[in-house]
Amino acid sequence: MEDLIIIGGGPAGLTAGLYAARSRLKTLLLEKLSPGGQVLLTDSVENYPGFPEGISGFELMDRMRRQAENFGLDIQSREVIQLHLTPDKKEVVTANGLLESRSLILTMGATPRKLGIDGEDRLTGKGVSYCATCDGPFYRDREVAVIGGGDTAVEEALYLTRFATRVHIVHRRNELRATKLLQERAFAQERIAFVWDTVPTRIVGETGVATIELKHVKTGHLSQLRVDGVFVFVGYDPNNKLVKSLLELDSYGFVLTNNDLETSVPGVFAAGDIRSKLLRQISTAVGEGATAAFAAERYLENRT
Amino acid sequence: MADLLHVSDANFEKEIVQADIPAMVDFWAEWCGPCKMVGPTVEALAKEYAGKIKIAKMDVDTNRETPAKFGIRSIPTLILFKDGKVAQTIVGALPKGDIEEALKKLL
Repeated sequence: MEDLIIIGGGPAGLTAGLYAARSRLKTLLLEKLSPGGQVLLTDSVENYPGFPEGISGFELMDRMRRQAENFGLDIQSREVIQLHLTPDKKEVVTANGLLESRSLILTMGATPRKLGIDGEDRLTGKGVSYCATCDGPFYRDREVAVIGGGDTAVEEALYLTRFATRVHIVHRRNELRATKLLQERAFAQERIAFVWDTVPTRIVGETGVATIELKHVKTGHLSQLRVDGVFVFVGYDPNNKLVKSLLELDSYGFVLTNNDLETSVPGVFAAGDIRSKLLRQISTAVGEGATAAFAAERYLENRT
Repeated sequence: MADLLHVSDANFEKEIVQADIPAMVDFWAEWCGPCKMVGPTVEALAKEYAGKIKIAKMDVDTNRETPAKFGIRSIPTLILFKDGKVAQTIVGALPKGDIEEALKKLL
């Protein structure tokens, strides 16, 4: 039986693992892909302290992984299928066998939200994308639309101007929600055009995206925008499939915790993007990872 | 590593389309983070399915023709081939179990 199993290998999970390994807890980190999480979608991380010139998402996560492994963290590539939670024992059912632990830290993160409109699923990979750093280079000298007005949407729109001749930011409000610094950059960038008070209603195309149908939210007026690609950044949905029926969640499905990051089940902690909270950043995720590991250690001490 | 093939526009037809066993090609690029998440899985699968399914990678940065031919505009994309024809296309990084499920259908 493990002392602690951490599920998810993004910044929160790797930091929890680093702290747990240094505390000499018998710890296992399970990641269904390779460690890194959503940070791997980012070209350059500018708001994580300690890197004044910025750092690539891949480089940052590779460093976090190596740092945790240096202290003996055991990271295994396994997908968790089901959890059984009791006060004494947490059972973790994986694709290749059952694991048991005395405590858990949930760091499964979140996934970019889909628009849920006609044509989106059918054209995913054929013009519809959720990752500008992955797919931007396919749009050299083409026109693209970015849906959304938050930090990610504006950051990715700016990134896409390296390739696309024109980037249309389509936003349902008449102002951006993104950080002021990003707004300043976007307004100064000639290749970015803004389509305010507008939502996409349909993505049209046979073998690839040809046009998107847009609706003005105030007038209801419909229009068509000719683009070769649509990049969707309209928020995140929690990866809560494993715990939906086991833990208390907020109305959006994010996991509720107390100040010590313990969930509604004793011995089960949550950290990072999966948690119900105000701000989802690498910098908030790592702090929570450390707190969750410390809280798990204290939980284990009190039970022996 | 020896089981994992690296194909190019030049030898794609011969190595994949005309292969005498089913094949899977991982279209990737150095700039793509999620490609690196799925890379180790593809390498492991190449070992496990050696001799049964030909598993290959193609760098879309140095090879433009083949990805365009298959209409690829997102990576990672995995395309599974049987008898030289596309049997299934997987867009995005998926866990090993899901990829294996698709591979088993080729056998």
